[in-house]
Amino acid sequence: MSLGLIFMYSALALVVVVSGIGLITSRNAIYAALFLVLNFVTVALLYIALGAPFIALAQVTVYAGSIMVLFLFVIMLLGAEQLPIAEPLRGQRVLGILLAVAFLAEMVLFVLLRGAPTVAGQAVSPDFSTPTTIGMLLFERYLLPFEMTAGVLLAATVGAIFMTRQPRPDRKGALPAMPEESKE
Amino acid sequence: MITAAMVWEWVIKSVIICLAMTIGFAYVTLYERKVLARIQVRVGPNRAGPWGSLQPLADAVKLIFKEELTPATADKKIFFIAPIITVLPMLVITAVIPWGESVTLGSKTFNLYLTDSNIATLYLMAVTSISVYGITLAGWSSNNKYALMGGLRSTAQMISYELALGLSFVGPIMLAGSMSILDIVHAQSKIWFVFFQPAGFLLFFVASLAEVNRAPFDMPEAEQELTAGYHAEYSGMKFALFFMAEYGKMIAVSMIGASLFLGGFLSPVGFLSNIPVIGFLFGNGPHWLLLKVAAWLFVMIWIRATWPRIRYDRLMALGWKIMFPIGLLNVVITAIVIVLVGG
Repeated sequence: MSLGLIFMYSALALVVVVSGIGLITSRNAIYAALFLVLNFVTVALLYIALGAPFIALAQVTVYAGSIMVLFLFVIMLLGAEQLPIAEPLRGQRVLGILLAVAFLAEMVLFVLLRGAPTVAGQAVSPDFSTPTTIGMLLFERYLLPFEMTAGVLLAATVGAIFMTRQPRPDRKGALPAMPEESKE
Repeated sequence: MITAAMVWEWVIKSVIICLAMTIGFAYVTLYERKVLARIQVRVGPNRAGPWGSLQPLADAVKLIFKEELTPATADKKIFFIAPIITVLPMLVITAVIPWGESVTLGSKTFNLYLTDSNIATLYLMAVTSISVYGITLAGWSSNNKYALMGGLRSTAQMISYELALGLSFVGPIMLAGSMSILDIVHAQSKIWFVFFQPAGFLLFFVASLAEVNRAPFDMPEAEQELTAGYHAEYSGMKFALFFMAEYGKMIAVSMIGASLFLGGFLSPVGFLSNIPVIGFLFGNGPHWLLLKVAAWLFVMIWIRATWPRIRYDRLMALGWKIMFPIGLLNVVITAIVIVLVGG
């Protein structure tokens, strides 16, 4: 790897890590959401650098462009910008640190103990990331998982519409009893 | 292999695109004021320079010298970067639109496009979907209820119409068999796609009006209800950046629409290009793209001058209950016809 490439990947990795830390440390939900957007976009840049522009742009369109916009929308609509100082879950900090240490130990062990790869990495053809190739793979080789994902998404959509349904008044004009709102 | 010459070519082309968008923005404001004036039987700006042609410069000087105010309770950082986030997508979105084939200067041939990518239409979708952030954040950071309402409205509107916009892209993509804009333009060398895709064209047109917040969908800045909407608290150059983004996006959607449905830089009278001396005027080239964009912008301004704004709930109902199903149906029918006819 040339020095320029190392520099580029390090810079991108730094932005990814710093925006991730910013996401969990900022006490303002809007800033946290914006850090996550920055994270998504930088990861998309990494995909482009790895020669997979289709995935990169799909990531920007779906995650940064739709999901996070909805997150921001809901945060602003509810006026929930300021996160509470007190944490609702006790002991999550200790647990988080323990899990992080375990993960770090795993990574170090993996790097130290891994031998030579048993299967040589296959060279991919230059058109592996074109829309045509991805479309062919999705609709031929991976048709079943693709359709199952579509079914799950459809069920979620129907559920969301059902939950926002307005109760219709009966003939006497009285509203039917609303189901009990779940208390947090 | 990437050489220094290629990098310079990219840099120069990028600078040209950004400059074209900024100068285009300045003159689209003048164009709009002139056309609106004519429709209302007025003269329009005619003092600065011949036919008012220096009016944009006068406006720019005025805006630069105006005082910039930041509300005391605003979120300072986001208030500052929101206009910048709004302008960036508009500057970069036309990077994948070809202006023409290529020109030969001396011994070197230059392509008249920055990049011909096989994911160009996806790039357009990605940049459009990002462009809502600036407006939303501007509305939120102003700490003003009208600005916040404007920002929220525009978020809801842009998310709703993005679906119809994306589905209207699918028709030309399927007909051309490629996601590259250059391939889509070339596939229209015989017949423009507007004749194969009338429903897709209408969908694109309506959705793009909603996407750039133009009348009759200029809900985020409905003056009567929301003062000025998301940019109510902005003044000076920061306000000018929002203005620039709106007009730049108008140029961008006109360029995209012209390339996807109206043959882009292709000439409709190419058979006349054998005439000596003036023949090049009838051949393919950037001037045809410019002409189509000017006509598209004229229709947008015409609609603004003559149509009332539609009510907010109607706008959402139109987006979800009419445009989205029509878009899906259009994709299905186009796919079936292509399979039956064989491309």
